Amino acid sequence: MAAPWSTATGVTRARQTPRGWSALPRRRPPRARPPLFAIRAPISRRARWTLVAVSILGSFGAWWALSVSGLVDPAEYLPTPAATFAAGLEMARSGQLFTDAWATIGRVMVGFGAAIAASVPLGIVMGTFRAGQSLFEPVIGLVRYLPATAFIPLLIIWLGLGEPHKATLIFLGTFFFNTLMTADAVRGVPAAFVDVSFTLGARTGETVRKVIIPHSLPGMIDSVRVNSAAAWNMVVVAELIAAESGLGYRITRLQRFLQIDDIFAILMVIALFGLTMDVVLRLLRDRVGRWV
Amino acid sequence: MSRATLELVDVSKEYPRRGGAVRALEGIDLHIERGEFVCVVGASGSGKSTLLSLIAGLTKPTAGEVLLDGSPVVGPGPDRGLVFQVGAVYPWRTVERNVAYGLEFLPISRDERRARVAWFLAETGLTDLRHALPRQLSGGQLQRVAIARALACEPEVLLLDEPFGALDVQTKEDMQLLIRGIWQDTGTTILLVTHDVPEAVFLGQRVVVFASDPGRVAADITVDLPDDRDLTDKRAPKFLALQSSIEDLVRSYHRHHTGT
Repeated sequence: MAAPWSTATGVTRARQTPRGWSALPRRRPPRARPPLFAIRAPISRRARWTLVAVSILGSFGAWWALSVSGLVDPAEYLPTPAATFAAGLEMARSGQLFTDAWATIGRVMVGFGAAIAASVPLGIVMGTFRAGQSLFEPVIGLVRYLPATAFIPLLIIWLGLGEPHKATLIFLGTFFFNTLMTADAVRGVPAAFVDVSFTLGARTGETVRKVIIPHSLPGMIDSVRVNSAAAWNMVVVAELIAAESGLGYRITRLQRFLQIDDIFAILMVIALFGLTMDVVLRLLRDRVGRWV
Repeated sequence: MSRATLELVDVSKEYPRRGGAVRALEGIDLHIERGEFVCVVGASGSGKSTLLSLIAGLTKPTAGEVLLDGSPVVGPGPDRGLVFQVGAVYPWRTVERNVAYGLEFLPISRDERRARVAWFLAETGLTDLRHALPRQLSGGQLQRVAIARALACEPEVLLLDEPFGALDVQTKEDMQLLIRGIWQDTGTTILLVTHDVPEAVFLGQRVVVFASDPGRVAADITVDLPDDRDLTDKRAPKFLALQSSIEDLVRSYHRHHTGT
């Protein structure tokens, strides 16, 4: 008895007649490109560090060149890097820089800290349970589009000019985005991981604790990192408008006296703090997510 | 009164789709005795994975009953261990902590848990890898972790869904010997789904052939081979004859499925 596949198999092929066209035209092969321009090709360590150096030194160089060139009045528009550094050093020596920085950092810790404490659990609930998503996403998805800075006049009316107003502004600027990003990280847990957990005897709460959260943790840290930039922006804006201490406040004071080299020094400090925060959180994320 | 550990009584499963429901399984009757090693073969689309989902309690049947020791299955649990084709081993936990996962919920002492985990690590040849992270492991090693993890919970039935499908032939055969060894050492009831007919014949005491469209039991064949098997048996005439007849059967149902 012939085996079922000794004749036709399940796939039908059409019989082809000789083709009526000539050989396919060929393009000239592309010229070899150096690694710098090849997609995703690794570049040498030397090349990498050279480019980083060019980027940083080039920017400083352009700044310096512009400020000493005479095209712009250094006293009124663009202080030299040296003047900026000297001004910063003076503020640090007098201690004023640290008191200002401490005030600003404190506000970030309170406002952003509260936002994290509220958004992470909510994000976990929204990402784990469809019911949570249906309940919260419409409101959060909408309010997210209201710029937090637009709330400043309202917050001043409601809360006055003191600390609550600034903490609330930071909270509003970060809570909604962090909730949604946390929910996204949580939703990224593969269904198989969750199913297997139940087949090993875990209950719902235990699965959330032992599978969903550990898996989402690097993503959650990353969304905190991204939103820390927003928190930092918010605090400076709040201080520019209504404050009696802090780096943003210091900028408005200096503006009255046209101390632009001091202002630039503070801007540099603000940028460096933000960068430090970013690097620290990046390192934390990589440590926690060693397994990724 | 049936002595069956696992029983499917007229089980059907339908999935709603646009333009009509898809019948993944229809009228499945299956009896598996305690301690049996049963393999399910069939082409894609024959509802083999759905079958395991139903037994594991991850979905409910549209009709019929899934019974374990006479009681209906209501949800997933450690009494029905499940191993997927891609093991779903937790990447943030070491091998040892993965295997310990199911035991962490139970009221046993840490020492007892450690001892149990060590036994199953030894049984699956993972003792030297117990502190490794999953991303350092090969596919075969990951599957061993998944198997050890499910076994550590001492399930009534171990369900394996094409567990060796993603592995190369040599690793696959090592794993086949491993699972038979585990079966002989622990006496666990095993239900293994595969599309690899020689694997099914090599591993099982029974081979159940599934047809597709809709998924249903086409044949239930007893494997008349001795219990002590090794890889060279795959070339024996008796083995090859059984393998051929089952392959013919699977292909005949496949041809009906594709309409040729």
